[in-house]
Amino acid sequence: MSQVPLNHILVVSTALFFIGMYGLFTRRNMITMLMSVELILNSVNINFVAFNKYLYPDKLEGVFFTLFIIAIAAAEAAVAIAIIINLYRNFHSIDVEDAGEMKF
Amino acid sequence: MPNHAYIALIPLLPLAAFVVLGLFGRKYLRGLSGGIGTFAVLISTGLSLWVAYRYFFVEGAVTGAYNPVIALKATWLSFSPGLSIDMSIILDPISVMMIVVVSFVSLMVHIFSLGYMKGEARYGTYYAFLGLFTFSMLGLVLSGNIFEIYIFWELVGCSSYLLIGYYFDRPSAVAAAKKAFIVTRLADLGFLVGILILSFHAETLDFGTLIQRLSGPTPQMVGITTASFLGISALSWGLFLVFVGGAGKSALFPLHIWLPDAMEGPTPVSALIHAATMVVAGVYLVARLYPVYMFPGGAVLHVVLYAGALSALLAAIIACTQTDIKRVLAYSTMSQIGYMMLALGTLHYKGEATTLGFTASMFHLFTHAFFKALLFLCAGVIIHRVHSNEMRDVGGLRKLLPLTHICFLIACLAIAGIPPFSGFFSKEDILLSAWHADKLVYGVALFTSGLTAFYMFRLYFSIFWRKPMLVGGGVHSGDAGAGPLRDGGDAHGEAPFTMKLPLVILALGALLAGFVPFSRLVTYDGTPQPDHSIGFFAGAPVALALIGIFIARYLYFKESDRPGRVAAGLGDLYKTAYHKFYIDEVYLFVTKKIIFNLIGRPAAWIDRNIVDGLMNLLATVTARISAAIKGLQSGRVQDYALYFFAGIAGLTVLFIYLYT
Repeated sequence: MSQVPLNHILVVSTALFFIGMYGLFTRRNMITMLMSVELILNSVNINFVAFNKYLYPDKLEGVFFTLFIIAIAAAEAAVAIAIIINLYRNFHSIDVEDAGEMKF
Repeated sequence: MPNHAYIALIPLLPLAAFVVLGLFGRKYLRGLSGGIGTFAVLISTGLSLWVAYRYFFVEGAVTGAYNPVIALKATWLSFSPGLSIDMSIILDPISVMMIVVVSFVSLMVHIFSLGYMKGEARYGTYYAFLGLFTFSMLGLVLSGNIFEIYIFWELVGCSSYLLIGYYFDRPSAVAAAKKAFIVTRLADLGFLVGILILSFHAETLDFGTLIQRLSGPTPQMVGITTASFLGISALSWGLFLVFVGGAGKSALFPLHIWLPDAMEGPTPVSALIHAATMVVAGVYLVARLYPVYMFPGGAVLHVVLYAGALSALLAAIIACTQTDIKRVLAYSTMSQIGYMMLALGTLHYKGEATTLGFTASMFHLFTHAFFKALLFLCAGVIIHRVHSNEMRDVGGLRKLLPLTHICFLIACLAIAGIPPFSGFFSKEDILLSAWHADKLVYGVALFTSGLTAFYMFRLYFSIFWRKPMLVGGGVHSGDAGAGPLRDGGDAHGEAPFTMKLPLVILALGALLAGFVPFSRLVTYDGTPQPDHSIGFFAGAPVALALIGIFIARYLYFKESDRPGRVAAGLGDLYKTAYHKFYIDEVYLFVTKKIIFNLIGRPAAWIDRNIVDGLMNLLATVTARISAAIKGLQSGRVQDYALYFFAGIAGLTVLFIYLYT
């Protein structure tokens, strides 16, 4: 069984990372921003798994780290959604531009 | 040695009264305050008399001399094995004599104030302050350590400040309190430096050791006499500076300017602090260090002598022209203290040493306390009754205030030096010692004693005779003016019993104090000396005093234009004396024109422009920078995220560059 080359996987993860980045910076909707952050995290996950598989096939650290990141992402989503709900209650909007009061 | 620990109670009881009255006097004790304060001082007085009796007649004289006894000693602050500040109590003839005087006069003033201050709003506070003063003064005279005496010295200054400024709603009283505090503080600076010089060389702060080391050929003595500054030995500098401290407290020329103004305080306070006790602290201080002053041939004692003589003369001249009763008495106090200082200064110049002056000075201090306190308390009765300090407003009071009249007359005779009143004896001693020391000073002292008789009887005739019968009704500037008018009507008696009793007791003191065989009890080395007969030597001063009295009678017995004509005849001299030799004006000139312009204004300029300028510069720079970078705080989450990523990217590039 021929393996998928490492480069292919890295191209995918890099693409995913920058797509997430782009979303994070261009979207004003907080839900979309949250989704973008998830994309960034998942690109990192792919990297971890790929390197684990290709560099140290007999070890599992990379996979475990991925599991940790998934757990943290879940927690982060919970916190972020809580923030978004509070924001909505105060501003009746989830657009980050509307919550621009913390400035000079 | 018998147990002397109870002596500590003498100063501590008034302190306890101060604490209790200070904490609870205003709210809870109010009317009781006077009783509590008086009771504490009464016990102190009883103990003082007991101590004096024991010291002078039972156990003091060992092998025919009164030796200093250290009654109590507790180390308070220890610098090194040989150098420590102790809280100690020393008993020797002068300290025992002083505790009797201080506690006795204080008791009289406490009793007097029961009537005088009745109904005052801050009655409790007044008694608390009196307690604090009595404590400090008793502590001062009992101090066995030069630093301890300095502590109490400042405490009496502080309580004096509080009592002068008692009527703090009057601007003049506030100004007087500040003036007294600042002037004496300035002098105390000299005292402190003097203490440092003396104790540095003597390597001790204890009086006994210090005197022992600095009055004989010891290594310390050699050290202090060889060290010199501006051609004057360190010993002389030290003693001179200590004397300056004493001169400030004792209102000697030219540091006397605070004393007349201090009369803004309640009159009993003037009697206690500014006549009988605190102002003699300077005399006491010099007396305490007398063996040291004596040793180097009395170089500094020259200064003491002339400062005393000058003060005595100037103050007597000024007293002749003043019209405020209390101010006349204040200048008279200054003059009498000048006498005491002069007596201390009269150590032999030619011929053999005589310490007659020491005894004479202490004797005069003793008698002066009685008659001057009496004069002030009489003035208190007069002011209480007629509500005026001005001599011109009163007159013919002898019918209205018969007892006060008699007491005042006794005190006047005593201060004028008419035998057999107390002042006669002490003044004769002073004149005698002055005669032996310096003929010029003797002349000054003699002339001053004539002047004393003149201005005291000027006061006496003006108040009690002059006008046929008069009750001054005007509320001008007296103490009474500030308080509620206690007994405005004339139907009341002369004064309440509590005010009469101290007058009578003090009058007895002024009559009889002269018969105390002082030269047997109080001498500088404790050895009793025989009484000297006064004899015909007394003729000149008594004659001069009588002349003074007759001139006063001629001018002031009846209302006439004679005093005015005499004043006009004296012209500028009278005017100068009336304006107190323009000494206040000189001080004002020096402070306002010279010190303010040459030191104050440049200092203020530096403060405003350089010190403040540096601070302003820092603030301006900070403000500018923050204004420049505050645009970064845009309030957009994505901007922050961008900065974050840019930072990460920057760091990544940096690390790649550094580690590859």
